[in-house]
Amino acid sequence: MSSVLRKIKTFLTVYYAYMLEYRAELLLWVLANSLPLIMMGVWSQAATGGQFSLTALDFARYFISVFIVRQFTIVWVIWDFENEVVEGKLSPRLLQPIDPVWHHVAAHVSERLARLPFSAGLVILFFVLYPQAFWWPSPLGLFWGCLATALAFILRFIIQYTFAIFAFWVERATAIEQLWFLFYLFLSGMIAPLDLFPDAVRAVVVWTPFPYLIYFPVSLLVGIPTPVTQGFVIMLIWCSLGLLINRWLWRRGIKHYSGMGA
Amino acid sequence: MTIITCDHLDKVYPVALKEPGLKGTLSHFFQRQHRLVNAVQSVSFTIDPGEVVGFLGPNGAGKTTTLKMLTGLIHPSAGQVRVAGQIPFRRSPSFLEKITLVMGQKQQLLWDLPALDSLKINAAVYNISPRDFQYRVDELSEMLSLAGKLTQPVRKLSLGERMKAELLAALLHRPQVLFLDEPTLGLDVNAQVSVREFLREYNQRYDATILLTSHYMADITALCDRVLLIHQGQLIYDGALNQLMSRFAPYREVKLELMQPPDHATLKQYGEVEEVLGREIRLLVRRETLTHTVSQILANLQVLDLTITDPPIEEIIRRVFQSGKVT
Repeated sequence: MSSVLRKIKTFLTVYYAYMLEYRAELLLWVLANSLPLIMMGVWSQAATGGQFSLTALDFARYFISVFIVRQFTIVWVIWDFENEVVEGKLSPRLLQPIDPVWHHVAAHVSERLARLPFSAGLVILFFVLYPQAFWWPSPLGLFWGCLATALAFILRFIIQYTFAIFAFWVERATAIEQLWFLFYLFLSGMIAPLDLFPDAVRAVVVWTPFPYLIYFPVSLLVGIPTPVTQGFVIMLIWCSLGLLINRWLWRRGIKHYSGMGA
Repeated sequence: MTIITCDHLDKVYPVALKEPGLKGTLSHFFQRQHRLVNAVQSVSFTIDPGEVVGFLGPNGAGKTTTLKMLTGLIHPSAGQVRVAGQIPFRRSPSFLEKITLVMGQKQQLLWDLPALDSLKINAAVYNISPRDFQYRVDELSEMLSLAGKLTQPVRKLSLGERMKAELLAALLHRPQVLFLDEPTLGLDVNAQVSVREFLREYNQRYDATILLTSHYMADITALCDRVLLIHQGQLIYDGALNQLMSRFAPYREVKLELMQPPDHATLKQYGEVEEVLGREIRLLVRRETLTHTVSQILANLQVLDLTITDPPIEEIIRRVFQSGKVT
């Protein structure tokens, strides 16, 4: 087995075991992200009385998809990284011949797998209670939706890890993420589908990374018409840009960190 | 051929200043002020392969800063440093594979998993084959008396077992150069002894170079023939431990047990009276007059018992750091 494959296998196996240590917490983490289910109730109710481009059933399918996409795109690297910098735990990691980010990537990917049974259980329960909402996405929609979800996780990870690097200069980098989260909440499609936003807002938002973190993969899964190629191209541009900024900041951050006494 | 070379190493870094109280808090919020700290000043030394060197100094003297420069965690403000033929701050993989840093107060093992899982990660990171991994884990866990402990979650291990497991993780890739910062911190006497014995054995078996800081002088006396003393960022002594003792301890300690409780004036003529406990006395006598003084004591006083020792090493080091220089 090549060295890289062995590293991937070992990291994922060990971090999967690590995540499974938190059995009770996993269920709570899944439940803690049930805001889309609350929004589903609100919008489905509103749709029965108001004039919207989506029906109550559309809203139900949209928000259960938001819930699923969120389960696969949750990122918390900034809290862990800030902790490592503040408490000096980053230093031993820097002395290993591997970039410390791979520990975080492995922890995130493994956590996805560990929480999968809990998320799946909740989704199945939802469709048992509300069978009318069940639908089969088109095979192509499912394929592009899954790909967009994976890319959404990568994009969200890059963005949050880039904010995390500011922990080298400011004592609480998480404050940046908290401000960002406000925009994420509204512009990603978590609170409401972008179809309900004014055209002018949509025209601008479509060029930002926000809609690609939730709305874009959800649209592909549910079947809301959306420009697929354009979406993927914009996602890839943001990923590349984020990665460039991330590596640039990392190099400067490490110099600063070592200058301040590590 | 040296394995560690430091040439006039300097490290200066800024430290934020804040006055106590509300006024200080507000002025700190609006205008941060910093002071430059000379953590390390013109430190030079070399270490040969296989040497075990003690690095001593009071808290804040610059020991950890120097270790961090030697491992490449921080870059020097001035001066040159080479370890295992490389410039540490470049942190090239080939350099990182040759060194290790163990900090007694920092842990790298995953807290909620057995240590063996963290070791597997290290094996993958350092490209250690499964066969070598098994051999090294068996060998090191036997040397550290850790058999059966590696499958328990790290959080369930005692402090001593955890430190030993940390050592195992840090040495799995068989580094040539070991930087150990307080490796026995907080351990009980038995655990300290076993860590010391392990380090001695590791040094002999692999001809590894060890630079060790410790506040426990027993670590230093047990492992190191040579010591570096650092005080306020400056190296004030580099040499043999026993030479330091003879240079900085011109006295020897004479313990007496007498037939009769003595009077103080009589004792003073023989040396500096350290302690009188009933009929037991401790005197400090200058080395050059030791023979004469002891014969005088035996001739003039009714002595039941007499022993001559060097003052404890802790005492010598304390005096060195109090004066800030080696005379």
